[in-house]
Amino acid sequence: MKLIFEKSVFGRRAVRTGPSDVPPISIRSDLLRRKPAQLSELSELDVVRHFTELSRRNFGVDSNFYPLGSCTMKYNPKVAEHIASYPGFANLHPLLPQLRIGGMLTQGALRVLYEMDLLLREITGMAGFTMQPLAGAHGELTGMMIIAAYHREQGNRKTTILIPDSAHGTNPASAAIAGYNVVSIPSNKNGIMDIEAIKQHLSDEVAGLMLTCPNTLGLFNPHVKDICDLIHSVDGLAYYDGANLNAIVGKARPGDFGFDIVHLNLHKTFATPHGGGGPGAGPVGVKEKLLPFLPVSVVIKRNDGTYTLQYDRPESIGYIAPFYGNFGVILKAYVYILMLGKEGLRRVAENAVLNANYVKEKLKSHYIVPFDKICKHECVLSISEQMAHNGVRAIDIAKAIIDRGFHPPTVYFPTIVKEAMMIEPTETESKETLDAFIDAMIEIAEQAEAQPDKLKSAPTAAVVCRPDETIAAKNLNIAYL
Amino acid sequence: MPFISNTPQQQEQMLTEIGLTMDELFGDIPTELRAKALNLPLGLSEQDVRNRLTELAEKNATNLTCFLGGGFYDHFIPAAVHSIISRSEFYTAYTPYQPELSQGTLQAIYEYQSMICRLTEMEVANASLYDGGTALYEAMMMALRITGRNKVIIDDSVNPIYRVMIKSYTQNLRIELGQTCCQDGLANREQLLEIIDDKTAAVILQNPNFFGCIDDFSDIADVVHSKSGLLIISCHPISLGILKTPGAMGADIATGEGQSLGIPLSFGGPYLGLMASRKQYVRKMPGRIVGETVDRYGRKAYVLTLQAREQHIRRDKATSNICSNEALCALTALVYLSLLGQEGLRETAQLCADKASYAYKRLTAIPGVEPHFRGKWFFNEFVLDLPSEAADVIAKLIEKGFAAGFPLSRYYDGMENSILICVTEKRTKQEIGMLAEALESVL
Repeated sequence: MKLIFEKSVFGRRAVRTGPSDVPPISIRSDLLRRKPAQLSELSELDVVRHFTELSRRNFGVDSNFYPLGSCTMKYNPKVAEHIASYPGFANLHPLLPQLRIGGMLTQGALRVLYEMDLLLREITGMAGFTMQPLAGAHGELTGMMIIAAYHREQGNRKTTILIPDSAHGTNPASAAIAGYNVVSIPSNKNGIMDIEAIKQHLSDEVAGLMLTCPNTLGLFNPHVKDICDLIHSVDGLAYYDGANLNAIVGKARPGDFGFDIVHLNLHKTFATPHGGGGPGAGPVGVKEKLLPFLPVSVVIKRNDGTYTLQYDRPESIGYIAPFYGNFGVILKAYVYILMLGKEGLRRVAENAVLNANYVKEKLKSHYIVPFDKICKHECVLSISEQMAHNGVRAIDIAKAIIDRGFHPPTVYFPTIVKEAMMIEPTETESKETLDAFIDAMIEIAEQAEAQPDKLKSAPTAAVVCRPDETIAAKNLNIAYL
Repeated sequence: MPFISNTPQQQEQMLTEIGLTMDELFGDIPTELRAKALNLPLGLSEQDVRNRLTELAEKNATNLTCFLGGGFYDHFIPAAVHSIISRSEFYTAYTPYQPELSQGTLQAIYEYQSMICRLTEMEVANASLYDGGTALYEAMMMALRITGRNKVIIDDSVNPIYRVMIKSYTQNLRIELGQTCCQDGLANREQLLEIIDDKTAAVILQNPNFFGCIDDFSDIADVVHSKSGLLIISCHPISLGILKTPGAMGADIATGEGQSLGIPLSFGGPYLGLMASRKQYVRKMPGRIVGETVDRYGRKAYVLTLQAREQHIRRDKATSNICSNEALCALTALVYLSLLGQEGLRETAQLCADKASYAYKRLTAIPGVEPHFRGKWFFNEFVLDLPSEAADVIAKLIEKGFAAGFPLSRYYDGMENSILICVTEKRTKQEIGMLAEALESVL
């Protein structure tokens, strides 16, 4: 398909500005660009057709089942999109509350932020939230900065963050850019973080621990409270990566496990759309003793029932985002929580876990399940058997799934499982959809035995087939200039 | 239950088929760690939630005539932008890990990267960062990696919100932050010459700067480069419809807030962090990058590339921790720029300058209202000195239906009477006239 630049026709226009009602100004010419920015020149119809064609070369949750493990690709309610486009929210200037009496003109938006804080406190068992982190990884960095601020205040000199080897890559990356050394803790034969291994690495150097629970194998660590206690024994802080909260929302709370800091991915658990790679939102919640460190600003409720922003926070880590977070995303998640209520949230976890176990049980006689026990919101298969017998790899299975009309699961993650395939069905999918996927997976397993070469030529139904990543990196072409 | 497809009967059937009960499915969570019923309200119907949120939306001001900017602008957004980005194949997808199912997103990001390069006259661009502030922080970190140095100089005419963000992010790192004070609205050459040395990793400047003044940093680029440091310029993308680009000035990294490219103000986000750089630094750049390649049958295709820089491969050695970025906002910017086209962007930028210039003349004609920087070129914003406290005047103008501007005393000492006024292409001559009358009446 042609690039938008290749469709450009000199002199063609889409949006036109009206005639100017003020006299033109000529800015000194050496301050101006020499030639106009070389953008495409197209009609509105050209532009609409171009992007409609691009959209047809894409696949979203609305297209079909999207069991991408660790990403929680659940249905994104349309009503939330609708509400986020209300002019009272979409057109609101973020600097208004910084003007005298301007805050009174943003009471609706401030109330959304304030109430979202209360809702998330109750859902997680934490004492207070900042809505500012702009994505999950940004929440992690915020959490690491809070850990650093806490230890600075305590007069602690600590250098290390412990992270399990099954963690998302963002965990070690976030700890490192916050200035910490990362020590990777191996998982044990049961697929969970080993208490003994933690004890071996426990020292005064340990500033904290980052843990996803259930972990990326979909396994809940029953010793999670003991792990938090161990970290606390050296005055470390326990950080809960909420990427997998969908597994336990409404059923258990990280705050009750002993975690001091939590981030949530609103675009996962709370159903805001992933947007092809963002925007997300990653609110961070903390226990009482860490409240003073939360970023500037914080929404508070005055005695007269109005809402305002608190900027005077001397112990705060400061500003991590320009304003109040990705408000549009927070708003959609707020709508979702209001619609589900306490019963609905509990049903989320129950059905997410039921769907994952259903898929695992139906597939385990066809694929290796390295840790075959009750899983939470996702299950991990290994394609190692097919690999050994027929040279069929996880990537081949993934591409064959595309030909059967589904988005493939996550592959090659977590890295501690050979030829891993991580399936997260989410609670919004029906039994009929799961059954169709299971049938496709079984048929693929049979094909791996009978006609392995066919799998290696998949996908045949997509617009492209296995683009060459090596060529892309070697002959780097990342802009059409 | 809302958004759960399976009926209770189907759930029972599935449990029976796998031979487990719901309690058993959660049996791995120790009893003492299970939550009691959450103290949350009952769920609302769609109608109820819409009524409630309509009520909240109406508590927010939407009828103020907006002269408030400060880096976040009220521009006209063509209807086709929302229509296109509302296609769910785009917005309900995730990061394009499976290129066969994501050629739409991938080609769009490639086109976006190309568009940003053309706009800034830089050679490479990434797929987006969170916002203009985090983009500037990431650019600073990138400069530290490239140079292996630890000193960074920021001019105080860079958006103060970004400056406090950078200060927060570097608190736990060993970075020496130096600051220069702009002189009469422009970068302070004298001070910069003094402070730039062999330890300087980067100088961070903004154009137009926070006060709206337009500068040309080419001479500063030469000085920084003579010390083997890098020049980072934060820019306003709409202004690049007419203004000299970071690329032409010799910037090594250009960043910016992409909100004005078709993204609604939305009370502070989601926005769009722009980043572009020179080809030689592409492997040090943070964030996703899409590259062109061929598929197995030689067909042109797009993939995520240079992933060895990223957290999911490199973990604690990655160039950044970023994963989810602002892909849909990048798509929005691409669609907006496509709809405006070359001439539309130039016209829009010129209109901003024309209307700001008209407003400047109209407002400075009011007795007691004086320009803060005399004889300086500005783009869509300018600073005026009022006869009394700006914050107070602004409050009075809110009551008359105007978000008249930003009081600079919030971030700058000694500027109690100074107001930053923004005029985009959306404002009419009549609205500017009404602001002038209202201002005169409250002074």
